[in-house]
Amino acid sequence: MAEGESRLTIENSEQIIRIGFLDRNILEEAAIQKIGDQVSDLIDSTPNPRILIDFSDVDHLSSAALGMLITINNRVRAKGGQLRLASIDPQIYEVFVITKLNKLFNICDSASQAMSSFK
Amino acid sequence: MGQSRTSKPLVIPSSLSEGVKVVETVIEAIQPYGYSDTAQFAIRLALDEALANAIRHGNKSDESKNVTIDFSVDDEEIRISICDEGPGFHPDEIPDPTLDENLERPCGRGVMLMRAYMTEVFFNESGNCVTMVKRRDCQLPHVPED
Repeated sequence: MAEGESRLTIENSEQIIRIGFLDRNILEEAAIQKIGDQVSDLIDSTPNPRILIDFSDVDHLSSAALGMLITINNRVRAKGGQLRLASIDPQIYEVFVITKLNKLFNICDSASQAMSSFK
Repeated sequence: MGQSRTSKPLVIPSSLSEGVKVVETVIEAIQPYGYSDTAQFAIRLALDEALANAIRHGNKSDESKNVTIDFSVDDEEIRISICDEGPGFHPDEIPDPTLDENLERPCGRGVMLMRAYMTEVFFNESGNCVTMVKRRDCQLPHVPED
């Protein structure tokens, strides 16, 4: 992975910021930190941010990645925004259930379901 | 099936990118033994968490300090030990990350996940070496009702 290269896809659609991942494994802490910083910058520059993070094609997450998502969730809520997670692989979803983070996040089966769930 | 035992010691500097290579080495080494996708997911998850703990918390990311990994695999089980050069810690003193008051804490889930996915997880007395075992017949993780 080249230094400084973004590992995210970001698009604005219907005033919703859709974020996807280029990597199947989100494990390496430096990369996770960079993703967290990039998303935090987006949150900071958007009033009432509405953010959809799409996990299609992601096979593995570490607890550091969970921590990054918690930080993002806290920042979005602090700005009065909304965060949705979508298309999470069943094995990864089990990690959310085991850690009870499925109670903290608004998790949708698909990106289209998430898009229509924003208020 | 019917493979003889494979074992390998590895020593890496305290760098998370080196840790990623260890995970790939172990995953590759267990391929001939036909462990399920579920078991491989568990190994990748638990190993990544244990290595991150050793590198970041144990050795404070000091690359002059090493992390030593010993792993063995046969038809019955995968066994991995990871030791750092830090002073160790008391895993039972980590707050339960699944309690409502801790859900928004961004850290403290690594050991809990290792225990959720591996058949056995035990630490040495000082807490700077962890051994994890995944047996072929392991039914973990138990996923609570959603």
